[in-house]
Amino acid sequence: MADTITDLTETEAQAQAEAFRAGRDERAIAAAKETRTPTVVVDDVHIVYKVHGASAGKGSATSALSRLISRKRSPAITEVHAVRGVSFTAYKGEAIGLIGSNGSGKSTLLSAIAGLLPTEKGGIYTNGQPSLLGVNAALMDDLTGERNVVLGCLAMGMSPAQVKERYQGIVDFSGINEKGEFINLPMRTYSSGMAARLRFSIAAAKTHDVLLIDEALSTGDQAFQRRSEARIRELRKEAGTVFLVSHNNNAIRDTCERTIWIETGKLIMDGPTDEVVGMYERGERP
Amino acid sequence: MSTVSEPVNLSLPGGVDTGLTPKQLADKYGLTVSGARPGLFAYTKQLWGRRHFIMAFATARLVAQYTTAKMGQVWQVVTPLLNCAVFYLVFGVMLKNRDIPEYIPWLCTGVFIFQFSQSAIQSGTGAISYNLGLIRALHFPRACVPIAFTVIQLQQLLISMVVLIAILLGFQIPVGPTWLLVIPALLFQSLFNTGLALIMARIGAKTSDVSQLMPFILRTWMYVSGVMYSIAGSVHTWNPVAQFIMRVNPASVYMELIRHSLMPQIYDKHKYAKYQVLPPHIWALAIGWGVVMFVIGYVFFWKAEEEYGRG
Ligand SMILES: Nc1ncnc2c1ncn2[C@@H]1O[C@H](COP(=O)(O)OP(=O)(O)O)[C@@H](O)[C@H]1O
Ligand SMILES: [Mg+2]
Repeated sequence: MADTITDLTETEAQAQAEAFRAGRDERAIAAAKETRTPTVVVDDVHIVYKVHGASAGKGSATSALSRLISRKRSPAITEVHAVRGVSFTAYKGEAIGLIGSNGSGKSTLLSAIAGLLPTEKGGIYTNGQPSLLGVNAALMDDLTGERNVVLGCLAMGMSPAQVKERYQGIVDFSGINEKGEFINLPMRTYSSGMAARLRFSIAAAKTHDVLLIDEALSTGDQAFQRRSEARIRELRKEAGTVFLVSHNNNAIRDTCERTIWIETGKLIMDGPTDEVVGMYERGERP
Repeated sequence: MSTVSEPVNLSLPGGVDTGLTPKQLADKYGLTVSGARPGLFAYTKQLWGRRHFIMAFATARLVAQYTTAKMGQVWQVVTPLLNCAVFYLVFGVMLKNRDIPEYIPWLCTGVFIFQFSQSAIQSGTGAISYNLGLIRALHFPRACVPIAFTVIQLQQLLISMVVLIAILLGFQIPVGPTWLLVIPALLFQSLFNTGLALIMARIGAKTSDVSQLMPFILRTWMYVSGVMYSIAGSVHTWNPVAQFIMRVNPASVYMELIRHSLMPQIYDKHKYAKYQVLPPHIWALAIGWGVVMFVIGYVFFWKAEEEYGRG
């Protein structure tokens, strides 16, 4: 798996990306006319966060008891309507970029697709269990990188033999050991970029039907971003669907042929990447 | 490309599927509601598939515990011993419970066995909330976490048992064939603990207030369970309902069973004037509590499977 990518040089990766982008919009539009296999169907989804005002805080045992018994929540419940009626369908083999300003609802939408947030209205249907890779999806901070790799792989359902076989590939792909034996240190000693790299490497070791990446690659350095983009392209070829949230528009251009633009929880545009990202950058609205 | 033509929608199905609504499309290709909980049988199968994860997770947690606290391993044994010393002082010397035969080994057994259930409840309560990062990052049956925590308790119990046996030998308690009964007794207690940990994990995941109440509940439970005084010696004048409740209390059932396995002689009325009495049907109670609590806990935890990690 990952071994093939680790051998890629910068220029080769660059060339691959170039080839991928040439005439892509036209191909995407043509492909949309064919019969495709859907992997994620988002049908008029609304997501509402209910924030329990200032009720947080740990009181004494007696006040905790009275709160439990009366079952009364703090009266001030604020509702945040984070996603308002978004619909789209994603298909097998697609890599879809998700763009929009901060707080537009990208992370919320991905959490819901991963099944970590309930929908208020509408339905989300997926092929298999999507995997979400978030910025602060810390694994086990007090354990070494090595243990995190092993435990992460086992948790994803690999057998001990498979873990043994893939371990070195994962560590090499992450590049954690490039500057010393960091893999034997607890993950809390890693920089945020290093931690993000290791987490992505663990998740990418398995084929996913649907992989959701929420800014998880943004903290990695240039060389790692190239490598991970190549890996994303490979994951798609293995008949998966990849969603990518990134504030680096070039990363989206290099990886995704389709982009969805959301703003204040509403879908603004859903189309070929160059067209959508172009308008987003120019500040135009369709 | 810069021509603002009519926006192309890559979302709409093409080919033979043209015109299907999203819901129809999802049904046609057999897509399922994201995050839906699997059936009980499928869930158990998934859980079995993660058995290596459960063991590795438990071991890793245990190692981390011992390496972060410098005296981690030592405290595991010292804390219950300190408890034994305090209870001996208060209940043995000051409240004169010393006439229970072999009071110190009897007390230590009670403290260690109660500790086993107590720590299962404590770690179960925090199992989900302390591992949210892991739960949100990766997909696996959530019951792995509370179950791994009871495996940790079991590993720690083995250390405690070594200490307990040293104490028993130090007080010249004879080794006998009934000592083997400790194994099935602890097995059913582990089953009971796992069920309880699963229940507490679901409650603790939803209501953080529970962790505030836990110390109070656990202390009360310990005081009514006869860790430091003999239940049989205290309740015989009570009304029958109260007696029944005191005697079916699972903590005292397991405690009494293990005391009886390790020191059967103190239940002998020819040998001791104030001999201990084993409540009736104690094995049936021990097995019943273990199996029933495990099944209830497992189903109760599974019922909320899709909700862990939300919020
Ligand atoms: N846990 C939460 N509780 C309440 N509101 C939230 C929570 N998380 C996000 N929000 C709100 O939902 C909206 C969308 O947030 P988010 O999905 O994180 O945006 P993005 O990822 O696009 O920056 C924002 O208005 C934010 O304030
Ligand atoms: Mg976000």
